Amino acid sequence: MARNDTMTDAKDLEADLLISGGGLAGMTMAIAAAGAGLRSIVVERMDPASLTDSGFDGRCSAIAFAGWRLFEATGIAALIDEHQPILDIRVTDGHSPLFLHYDHRELGEGPFGQMVENRLIRKALFARAARMAEITLLAPDGLDDVDFSATAVRARTASGRNIRARLCIAAEGRRSPLREMAGIGTIGWSYGQTGIVCTVAHEYPHRGIAHERFLPPGPFAILPITGRRSSLVWTERNDFAAHIMGLDDATFTLEMQRRFGDFLGRTEITGPRWSYPLTLQLAERLSAERLVLIADAAHGIHPIAGQGLNLGLRDIAALAEVLADAARLGLDIGSSDVLARYERWRRFDTLSMVAVTDGLTRLFSNDIAPLRLGRDLGLAAVNRLPELKKLFMRHARGTVGELPKLLAGQPL
Amino acid sequence: MSEITQSQGGAIDAADVARFSALAAEWWDPDGPFRPLHRINPCRLQFIRARAEEHFGLDAKSLHPLAGLRVADIGCGGGLLSEPLARLGARVTGVDASAEGIAAARLHAREVGLEIDYRHGTAEDLAAGGERFDMVVAMEIIEHVPDPQGFVTAAAASIAPGGLFLGATLNRTMKSLALAKVAAEYILRWVPAGTHDWRHFLKPSEFARLLRHAGLSVTCLQGMSYDIIHDRWTLGEDLDINYMIAAVKPSS
Repeated sequence: MARNDTMTDAKDLEADLLISGGGLAGMTMAIAAAGAGLRSIVVERMDPASLTDSGFDGRCSAIAFAGWRLFEATGIAALIDEHQPILDIRVTDGHSPLFLHYDHRELGEGPFGQMVENRLIRKALFARAARMAEITLLAPDGLDDVDFSATAVRARTASGRNIRARLCIAAEGRRSPLREMAGIGTIGWSYGQTGIVCTVAHEYPHRGIAHERFLPPGPFAILPITGRRSSLVWTERNDFAAHIMGLDDATFTLEMQRRFGDFLGRTEITGPRWSYPLTLQLAERLSAERLVLIADAAHGIHPIAGQGLNLGLRDIAALAEVLADAARLGLDIGSSDVLARYERWRRFDTLSMVAVTDGLTRLFSNDIAPLRLGRDLGLAAVNRLPELKKLFMRHARGTVGELPKLLAGQPL
Repeated sequence: MSEITQSQGGAIDAADVARFSALAAEWWDPDGPFRPLHRINPCRLQFIRARAEEHFGLDAKSLHPLAGLRVADIGCGGGLLSEPLARLGARVTGVDASAEGIAAARLHAREVGLEIDYRHGTAEDLAAGGERFDMVVAMEIIEHVPDPQGFVTAAAASIAPGGLFLGATLNRTMKSLALAKVAAEYILRWVPAGTHDWRHFLKPSEFARLLRHAGLSVTCLQGMSYDIIHDRWTLGEDLDINYMIAAVKPSS
């Protein structure tokens, strides 16, 4: 973002990548690609200033160990002002005794992951991008018209700019307009449950411990964030969740405290509360002519607490590597055989992740549960999924290459 | 043919443009008639890049490592190698004996916004013009020419002193007869039947001898193997079917 180009006169822009969406996924994609020398134009509807405001998104993301390594390898982590390492994960069944316990020291590889406020990630992403000549951010702006041809992507923005790129990346979230435009359908289902998310301040330090409780209506997760605060992810059946969301602050706090308990002393809610229906949505394909889908546009595991971001970071790491490999051979990075490599690489990983999370969800109880998805992706994933994934991988040997370099903390 | 057609102008009628454009689309469809070349292309480019990096001391991570180098792609067809080489920064001259192939290649380069000097002609024509290139690539072409020594000698003449020759062809072994000829043409139908005459395939030692006679010294031989499970080609030591060869022209 050598410059924010809405301010200049140049009407015609040319780049390797046109990235639709300047959110967490889109900006990370641009930065990862820029690391390999690929130039991006990122088009984002919102003003970056409003995106980094705490009023816009007070949520936190649980960045799994591998995703954090990507942030480190791309110079993003160093610009994140504060983050809370997850040192220990305790899983309990209701209020019964502990039945699963993960201590990061058992792995010997550092924390399970990092809890970070989304606005701090966005701030770091914009700061990182601003130092990279390969990235041009058009924001606030929108794509009015996009044309995919055999040789290029051509687009016109709301501000009247003409863009020509070799590949378009949809990082537009679950309701991706470009995905629809390309005629890529989605499959999915709803769990009939809603995740309620809020931030809780507490009297005692959390010591980096994440708590996962299986309560009858669904999991209840307490995720440590910086200071004496935790991010709460609380699942209820849809109808009851609507009732809870309608409560006044005092009653809402009481309901929260009943479930939270007093092990961290006195608690109070800080900031707003959010709620999201728990659904699963998968794109039928990850690419079309000159178009590729990443992150939530490709798969909405479910939207709470930014847990799905980890899957998105895996997309980004794989795509950045595929594109860098192709570009270093002078190949057309938007050609169908290049995109097919990304699609093969990601399809298996996404499906096994969904199968594991959805399978476990259904296994654990008939009507508790899909928050397991969130937990598996965001937290326990760091510990448990690699083991389960190894199992899946043995069955499908050869279909999955190695971990993308960025997830192993290596530069492209 | 004594002169290389370089004219960009001249009236081309609309029917020709449509025909060349259809031909270009065929050449560039990864699942079209030239699919085998698309599959093998990353491997060829890996070899080219690696040899060029070694020889010219280029940056392994650069997206434009060939910047400043003059490269001739002899037998360029629709430009499947010429375009990547141009993207890597080279100033590329593509030469092919098929006028239609050249017309299609020109159209495609224009569509994707690459500047490539495409010429209708042969290796001999290029040499006669007296230009010298830092690198001459001749991939999957020598098995189609009537006079391999004449071809190699002409290619070598076009290389600047200290420059690099990179070639690729099919070995003449029982395995290549079975796979590259019978399986590829008649069973898998990767290429039209009759595309190759197995008797014109060259053993590595024969290719090397042609290069030596043309005054070049062979520096590298590498094979390409097809991985049927992943449907992709990889570089390796097995020279029995497809292989690539690198040779250097002395500096003085």
